[in-house]
Amino acid sequence: MDAKAPFKPAAADGIDRSLVIRHLRKEYRSGIAVLKDVSLTFEGRGMTAIIGPSGTGKSTLVRCINRLVDPTAGEMLFMGQDLAKLRGSALRMARRRIGMVFQEYNLVERLTVIENVLCGRLGYLPVWRAWMRKFPPGDIDRAFRLLDAVGLGDFSNIRADQLSGGQRQRVGIARALMQDPDLILADEPTSSLDPKTSVEIMELIARRAGERDIPVIVNIHNVELARRYADRIVGMAKGEVVFDGPPSALEDSHLLTIYGGEGWLE
Amino acid sequence: MSDIPAPAPTRVAFPPNWPMRIGFAVLALYIVYASTILDITWTRFIAGFGHAERFLSRMFPPDFAPDKLALLQSGMIESLQIAVLATIFGVALSLPLGLAAARNLCPAPLAWTSRTLIALFRTFHPVIVAILFVKAVGFGALAGVLALIIASMGFLSKLIGEAVEEMSMKQMEAVRATGAPFLSVVVMGVMPQVLPRFIGFSAYQLDSNLRNSALVGLVGGGGIGATLFTAFQRFDYDFVLTIVLTIIAIVMVGEILSGWVRRLFQ
Repeated sequence: MDAKAPFKPAAADGIDRSLVIRHLRKEYRSGIAVLKDVSLTFEGRGMTAIIGPSGTGKSTLVRCINRLVDPTAGEMLFMGQDLAKLRGSALRMARRRIGMVFQEYNLVERLTVIENVLCGRLGYLPVWRAWMRKFPPGDIDRAFRLLDAVGLGDFSNIRADQLSGGQRQRVGIARALMQDPDLILADEPTSSLDPKTSVEIMELIARRAGERDIPVIVNIHNVELARRYADRIVGMAKGEVVFDGPPSALEDSHLLTIYGGEGWLE
Repeated sequence: MSDIPAPAPTRVAFPPNWPMRIGFAVLALYIVYASTILDITWTRFIAGFGHAERFLSRMFPPDFAPDKLALLQSGMIESLQIAVLATIFGVALSLPLGLAAARNLCPAPLAWTSRTLIALFRTFHPVIVAILFVKAVGFGALAGVLALIIASMGFLSKLIGEAVEEMSMKQMEAVRATGAPFLSVVVMGVMPQVLPRFIGFSAYQLDSNLRNSALVGLVGGGGIGATLFTAFQRFDYDFVLTIVLTIIAIVMVGEILSGWVRRLFQ
């Protein structure tokens, strides 16, 4: 249960992308903690899957990291800063280095595919460029190449609301990569997709993040997918970390601790 | 059969609603009372028909004399200009005000200040606002334009604010998560969602300003309303009919155009 993830050296480019979370606590209503004193260290590469039952704080944990949710207490050290303390433009600077993939894709429906991908550059550009759609040619070039990389090269000028779920999630991944991130957060990226598409999406995230040496933290319901793609699994129950180790160390007894009950395992 | 018991005879499907009955009775009494106080009687109504008949007979045939047509033309052009200018400035000013009034986008103090301002703009009918502006800036088109800008802002800002409050927060959240500055979030995450409705509202407002531009002229706000008022004063009822017919034609064209614009941007 306390098995540590295998040590991984820093990324090839020598940048330390590790994330250290200490005593993180979140209460939506005062006194009722969704996250109770979570401490985790994420090495600066590889994929970590967070598993656990619904309502156990996985989503809250991931959203605390890029501050879509403000933590009640604790610190999150990343690239030399405590993410929990950032405000205003410092927070935006940190956010643009953290890509996020959402369960329901969260594309801007009425924008085209390429516009959605270019949204990943908004943190780097002045407002007028977004407004006039005057993105730097280098960014546009990269957006097209990323669309090719996620297999949507022919869809660049189609409106996002015309895509299927799997295609939308590919755009979501391209948007996250477009940020040139040092960390990718994925909040249930496959929960709205069919089993085959789910595998393809996990494969895509693992491959594209892997070749760029970007660490990934992914919330996932599907334990099999977690085992298959993650280098490390964190199991949460009732707002606390109850398992932390490599997929090979995850046994049925751990799943019982994480999810409770037992009938479902047979 | 025996497992379905016969309904108890005391159960009533539609019990008498005494509060509603009393409410209607009070309303009926009030109508009688108010009509008596205001001297609304059948005799006067019948007498009114006689006046109307004389008035209408003096309107025919409409007056198409060249000097009248020149008056009509200059008045109508001024009214159109008032309507177009008021719509353009009204739209440009309503956009920021409407966004500021959206509680899901702006901090509460700003949202409530904007809402108060919008409520203020909506308090008075355009004609009353026009009277105030005629007193403030003098007779003529400027007063009419200003009055209709206020009316447009009251209407458009409120609807834009409501449209923004109904938008999908998920789409906006994703743009915010890229580290985009606030205005870029508005440009790429909010505007695409509300733009079609915004254009629809604006087209409707142009239509509405066209109608009201005749109205503000009656109180000195310039345009065809002023010509109409003068014609009434001089008992030129045949010219009044010409003006009324022209206004009807213009308003109908405006309505068709605005309907067409709204369909185009659905």
